[in-house]
Amino acid sequence: MAKVEGEVQLLGVGGSPFARRVQIALKLKGIEYTYIEENLRDKSDLLLKYNPIHKKVPVLVHNGKPIVESLVILEYIDETWENYPIFPQQPYEKALARFWSRFIDDKILPAISKAAWTVNKDEREKGIEESLQALQFLENELKHKFFGGENISIVDIAASYLAFWLPVIEEAVELKLLTSDKFPKLHKWSQEFINHPIVKENLPPKQGLLGFFKSRYAAISATSK
Amino acid sequence: MADEVILLDFWLSPFGSRIRIALAEKGIKYEYIEEDLRKNKSSLLLQMNPVHKKIPVLIHNGKPIAESLIAVQYIDEVWNDKSPLLPSDPYERSHARFWADYVDKKIYEVGRKLYTKKGEEQEAGKKELIEVFKLLEQELGDKTYFGGDKLGFVDIAFIPFYTWFKTYETFGNINIEKECPKILSWAKRCIKIESVSKSLPDQDKVYDFIVEIRKKLGIE
Repeated sequence: MAKVEGEVQLLGVGGSPFARRVQIALKLKGIEYTYIEENLRDKSDLLLKYNPIHKKVPVLVHNGKPIVESLVILEYIDETWENYPIFPQQPYEKALARFWSRFIDDKILPAISKAAWTVNKDEREKGIEESLQALQFLENELKHKFFGGENISIVDIAASYLAFWLPVIEEAVELKLLTSDKFPKLHKWSQEFINHPIVKENLPPKQGLLGFFKSRYAAISATSK
Repeated sequence: MADEVILLDFWLSPFGSRIRIALAEKGIKYEYIEEDLRKNKSSLLLQMNPVHKKIPVLIHNGKPIAESLIAVQYIDEVWNDKSPLLPSDPYERSHARFWADYVDKKIYEVGRKLYTKKGEEQEAGKKELIEVFKLLEQELGDKTYFGGDKLGFVDIAFIPFYTWFKTYETFGNINIEKECPKILSWAKRCIKIESVSKSLPDQDKVYDFIVEIRKKLGIE
């Protein structure tokens, strides 16, 4: 199998879970790339050129051609560099993997945001209820060490938010969602995931992230008074 | 071993239509089961899509696949001997996935504002929908289809919404042909294809259904 040549760049933001997904995948496959840190409050010409529609990170650029949206990027990476497959090969398993990755992005993350970024008690309660329901579905899906079995796969990578970012958010906004008593499998999984040798090297520093989330929460609390 | 393919669907659904088009393009025989969304959800639906409890659900040899774009990709990968729905080049595939996602996230929700909202919210919805169509028109460019010379993933994702144009135009007071003529001509090319025309509901029936929904919701 010929090695795919070409220049790879990743436009990202250190704290972004979506950019980190792509980094984890690139590192798992041993792909060399140049990382470009973006400032989202002062978007570079490069970012606006490569993602004119959404103007967001991450953007993967391969041989000058941009790919955006983290889950789309992960499919591209898996189809282009076939070593260490992160998607299942069998079509039904692949469909399930796509389903759960989308579920994480379309249901779990928005529910968690609803629960976290509000001081309104009713809204928070609603958000918590939705989050717990959504997390339960994912808990039921976990049957092995990782969603991918013995190795990390696309659903694990998509769920990285739950393993690392969520506990930091929980601390910052005084919320408890992914507890070991309610979600024993997910909790155990999250420890395995963040201690995986490749993942460990590709997570942002906790302190910085905590500070960022704490000031975000403080801002919301201040404007609500 | 004969394949057993079932589609659990609702005639009006643009999402279900996508799967119908994909199955027709591939010449796959299947059983169509209509889920009446006005009644309580059937036990089959709740069993096959316990997470979202929504149609459409494709069921292949007893195994369910929910979410229309996931089902269309599944169909393309299993029945890969004819009529490819996605390009073979990974970059072209990522491009198709991006635009299909864009259609998925924008059109239904924004379009809904045109027939369920009034005043400022409706105005904002109108403006956004036209912007979305114009962006898609730009992406289409001079191609015959979004997929190039033949119907592709983005065409399949988008064309079911053509049956909603009368609804959007009437309640939203917009003229899609005037704003985005290329989108109209693209749509007319698509519906000349048999697998598309036989998979889509009648535009007037969609409109009449929405009139009923509005009455029920008390929108005037």
